[in-house]
Amino acid sequence: MAFRNAPRLPGLSPTTSMMKAKIIITPKKAVLDPQGLTVQHALQQMGYTGVSEAHIGKYIELELDETDEEAARGKVDEACRRFLSNPVIEEYSFELEA
Amino acid sequence: MKVAVLQFPGSNCDQDCVHVMKNVMGVDAHLVWHKSSELGGVDAVLAPGGFSYGDYLRSGAIALFSPVMGAVREFADQGGLVLGICNGFQILCEAGLLPGAMVRNRSMEFVCAPTLIQTQSLNSPFTFKTPTDRPARIPVAHMDGCYVAEPHTLDELKKHDQILWKYVDNSGQCVPSANPNGSVENIAGVCNREGNVAGLMPHPERACEPVLGMTDGKWIFESLCAAVKGGFQRRSAA
Repeated sequence: MAFRNAPRLPGLSPTTSMMKAKIIITPKKAVLDPQGLTVQHALQQMGYTGVSEAHIGKYIELELDETDEEAARGKVDEACRRFLSNPVIEEYSFELEA
Repeated sequence: MKVAVLQFPGSNCDQDCVHVMKNVMGVDAHLVWHKSSELGGVDAVLAPGGFSYGDYLRSGAIALFSPVMGAVREFADQGGLVLGICNGFQILCEAGLLPGAMVRNRSMEFVCAPTLIQTQSLNSPFTFKTPTDRPARIPVAHMDGCYVAEPHTLDELKKHDQILWKYVDNSGQCVPSANPNGSVENIAGVCNREGNVAGLMPHPERACEPVLGMTDGKWIFESLCAAVKGGFQRRSAA
């Protein structure tokens, strides 16, 4: 796993990344989301009265040196569970892209 | 008595904690850098406030992977006393040493103000020397201090005497107006089921000297020091 903008030394071959994980982390519905509430209220004040809820989360992109989809899925899922999200307050989902 | 004060990149209350332990409480205290995997034979650990690792990802989340947290976990598993203050509380929650989690203040504003917290249980090495006739006046300073926990976790906290402090008003009532951040049930601090690990959002180290205008923070450190000297035995709750 490598971060997208990790510096690479000049002269080395380009990245060997084979897969990209696109991860979305959102606050659990049951958890207070003050950012979402504030944005929803602001939208209402602007006249967007049809917005009944807003939730604000995070988007994380990982590039993976991995060709096997199942292995990649397992790694990303574990990383989401152990570190990238906090299961007490957040939920996550992700997509893999070749 | 010897106290370790953890120091992460971005900690900013570490020196205050060392100062209070040494110069107010009169015990030995030293800083332990986050890369150290040894605490140095201590009797208690303080995880101080600040913005460890810039609060990247989530407050307290990155600190979890520093070598010193392995040592803290081991120390806690053996029954060692660990107190997390503000960002230290967030770190202990992220590490799974304390239940629950912190989210952004309900007001969406950084809150820096004195609060009143009422001790909820004297069945703790961090509270047993606390006067019960009035709440403690201790300041908070945080952006992500809204404590949340799932309903079953809250039930467990109550069942096992784990809610140690709540925000209250002048008359000691747990009302919304006394709650600086929107924490569930006005909770300001909790402990683990065994009682040896605790955390709170208010900063007791900023309320230990008359020159600062507040001295009630000493109650917590006096309890801690007395507990280390063997003056405390936790009753198993429920």
